[in-house]
Amino acid sequence: MPQLTLNQLCKTYGKNSVVDHLDLSLAQGELVSLLGPSGCGKTTTLRMIAGFIDPTSGTVEVDGKVLSSARGSVPPERRGMSMIFQSYAIWPNMTVAENVGFGLAVRKVAAAEIRRRVDEMLDVVQLRALRDRYPAELSGGQQQRVALARSIVVRPDVLLLDEPLSNLDANLREEMRSEIRRLHDEFRITTVYVTHDQSEAMAISDRIAVMNGGRIEQVDTPWALYNRPRTPFVAQFIGRTNLLAATCASSELRFDGFSLPAALLDDAAPGGAVTVSVRPQDLQLSAQRPADGAGGIEVTVVGRTYLGDCWDYTVMPANASGQAIKVNTNPSVLLDVGRRAWLVFDSRKLVAV
Amino acid sequence: MNNPLSSILKLPAQPLRLAQHPRRRLDPTLLVFVLLLLVLVALVANPILRLVWESLRAGDGSITLQHYADAFGKQRNLKALLNTLYLGLASTGMAMAFGVPLAWAVSRTTMPGRQLIQGGVLATFVMPPFLGAVAWILLAGPNAGWLNKRWSELTGADGGPFNIFSFWGIALLIALYAFPLVFVFSKSAFDLISTEMEDAAAIHGASGRQVFRRVTLPLALPAIVGSAILVFLEAISLFGTPALLGIPARINVATTQMSTFFEHPLRMGTAAAYSMPVLGATVLLLLLQRRLLAKKGYVSVSGKGGERRPLDIGPFKWLLAAYGAFILLLSVALPLGILLQSAFARAWGKGLAASNLTLANFHYIFFEQMTVRQAMLNTVLYALAAAAACVVLGIVVAYVTQRRLLPFPGLIQFMALAPFAVPGIILAVGFYAAYAGAPFSLYGSGWLIVLAYITRFLPIAATTTGASLRSLNPELEEAVRILGGGRFMVLRKVVVPLLRKSLIGAFMLVFVIATRELSTAVFLTGPQSRVMSVLTLDMSEQGQYEILSAMGIVLLLMTTVVVGIGMKLAGRDFMLRRH
Repeated sequence: MPQLTLNQLCKTYGKNSVVDHLDLSLAQGELVSLLGPSGCGKTTTLRMIAGFIDPTSGTVEVDGKVLSSARGSVPPERRGMSMIFQSYAIWPNMTVAENVGFGLAVRKVAAAEIRRRVDEMLDVVQLRALRDRYPAELSGGQQQRVALARSIVVRPDVLLLDEPLSNLDANLREEMRSEIRRLHDEFRITTVYVTHDQSEAMAISDRIAVMNGGRIEQVDTPWALYNRPRTPFVAQFIGRTNLLAATCASSELRFDGFSLPAALLDDAAPGGAVTVSVRPQDLQLSAQRPADGAGGIEVTVVGRTYLGDCWDYTVMPANASGQAIKVNTNPSVLLDVGRRAWLVFDSRKLVAV
Repeated sequence: MNNPLSSILKLPAQPLRLAQHPRRRLDPTLLVFVLLLLVLVALVANPILRLVWESLRAGDGSITLQHYADAFGKQRNLKALLNTLYLGLASTGMAMAFGVPLAWAVSRTTMPGRQLIQGGVLATFVMPPFLGAVAWILLAGPNAGWLNKRWSELTGADGGPFNIFSFWGIALLIALYAFPLVFVFSKSAFDLISTEMEDAAAIHGASGRQVFRRVTLPLALPAIVGSAILVFLEAISLFGTPALLGIPARINVATTQMSTFFEHPLRMGTAAAYSMPVLGATVLLLLLQRRLLAKKGYVSVSGKGGERRPLDIGPFKWLLAAYGAFILLLSVALPLGILLQSAFARAWGKGLAASNLTLANFHYIFFEQMTVRQAMLNTVLYALAAAAACVVLGIVVAYVTQRRLLPFPGLIQFMALAPFAVPGIILAVGFYAAYAGAPFSLYGSGWLIVLAYITRFLPIAATTTGASLRSLNPELEEAVRILGGGRFMVLRKVVVPLLRKSLIGAFMLVFVIATRELSTAVFLTGPQSRVMSVLTLDMSEQGQYEILSAMGIVLLLMTTVVVGIGMKLAGRDFMLRRH
């Protein structure tokens, strides 16, 4: 039974639709990320789940019970959820232990019990030694751990995270990323994680919901999102890609200036006009015409950038009228700008989006 | 592996009492809204509307313009309005001449004694204007004034050249105690202009003088003009100084003219009608001031980046320091000196001599004269009550409007800030009309004064608490909610503890200002509800300057202690922040 369900959730401000008929279900213990560019409605969605914002229409349900609807909402404090905020929202007037124990105190847990649970939780996030410090004395990473401890110690039904790593520097970000995943693996709390950073979402999530313009474009595992994007937006947002327009007719894909066998597509080819996504690193470029049957097409090198671990080439198919193609090659492939070369497509790396 | 997590997982769960059904969240907040709206209507809307209504109401309840005809049909009344305008312009000009150069020098130059000058400005701010006026009667009254006597001793002349009971005397006194406003506004504008902007002008070939004229001054100008407007408004609505100095000199201004309508027979309608031009001018000028300061792009003054290097102005720095010292001598040092001398004297005119020293004046005000003691007690009590109420109302208004908890946040905000546009004496007329008579019959009760004070200082409390609330990240409050705490717990555990300093600061600011408020109190006090400021007028009229000085010293001492504590608790600049 799915634990957290968003059902046709909408939020509009005046004429401006921020969240648009959003459907999403999380299984018990699942970690799902809401991923998208800023302004895509992911934070609004999270705040509707938390109960800080009422939906315009649609519902938020936990275990079949409606918590939010257009007719009214259960206030945040009675949802049994917890949340980690972008600013951490550690109360500066309370010590680390008081911060972590707050939710337990609200739940009227006995003082001795609070103390025991807080200390155990602080052990988990390795902050026991700092239990009586004030937040102003802690580093960003330590504050983040306090926020984690504070929201997990109450064992919420649902844990919400709002861009929790965006204020940390790059090294710490990776460390905290694995910390959050470790805690999730231990506690198995149903979790919604909002981020605009695709590598963060890939590293941490069971599934990712890619959002754009208030709608969900695709919900899938990180592997599927990367290798089987379903929309041009997803293909472009997760990693780099070439989006090529084609028409599909009688087992052949006709591109601008060249054709390929439709069998190269990972799925059955749809008929008619189609957009094909192919990642730059799934293409090969060589100076020599490949052996017959490998399906190489003739191109001209129009630009290149050295990135250290690879060359980033831009090539133009011989008879094409406009669209250039990006190719990543290993550093040893050296081709001057203006040269002729041959581009080889791997089978099953082309995805119709 | 001994995993601490497993033990936590086994702990008994403590689930919250989850709501069974979603419900409308409005119910309790609606009650708060209605309550807050009622309070604001009673404190703000009703007195102001009653003022307008009284100006139009005939004795039989019909609408009439007779009050306007009475108010503006007399040569004397019109002359008073004209005098008000002249006095406003003269004192504004002087206040600018005092405040702007000093603000620039303290903010941007290597002038010696910058800290001292800043401290002196704060001291000027603490000195109630009516006390300054009393001190200057002792300093520059014709013949008997201390300065005139010294002059006669030096020159052998009969009498001295100074006469404080004159147009320019009044203008000087208003300017002396209003210039801190100009100083604070101008200084914060100068503080924000980065040296890089001036350097940019210099590197493109501007001379030092051109840099000041074409870059620095234009950038600071909106703030300076804005402060000039505030000083002008302060000058035209001031009652104490014109009453103390103008009435003996037969110089009548709008506020003193208004007080004659409150003599027997009471002419409430005329007073209400007569206040309209001043009220209208105040509203218009405040709107203008808002617009000037709202041009943020102009005062661009990018906050960060750009060092601020003090400018070396050579020998001019000594000239400026002397100028500053001279102004502070006039506003603080001389008045304080003469008040002290007089407070400890048997007769102030006899000067400093062992035979003239006494503590009798203090004994008199504390133990003998019950009127004075009662007034001192009232002053403290009313100021405490008003300050507490203002801070509570202020934080509630700021909280519900900023967090958008209630419908019509704009209306609530507007009502809380509107009293700022009503001069104290006009507010007093409105309160008198609204609550002095039946059915409330509050005249003579301290409540009437406390309520009027709350209204008068609510804008100050609302803006100071609002500014500090704005610095509080709402996520700190949301974290309480999501972990199971209600709105009340949010306030108790997070908002109030974190804003404690600013709330104390706002409390003390209102307290200090309320202890010296005169114009709001002047029509509202009865025999049992006198305050020190009002008593000052009576005692000055009766010539009891020694006792008056003793009372003034007590007031100053009390204020200084409160300001000192406030600076400790709420930060050094809590009085001089620009709001």
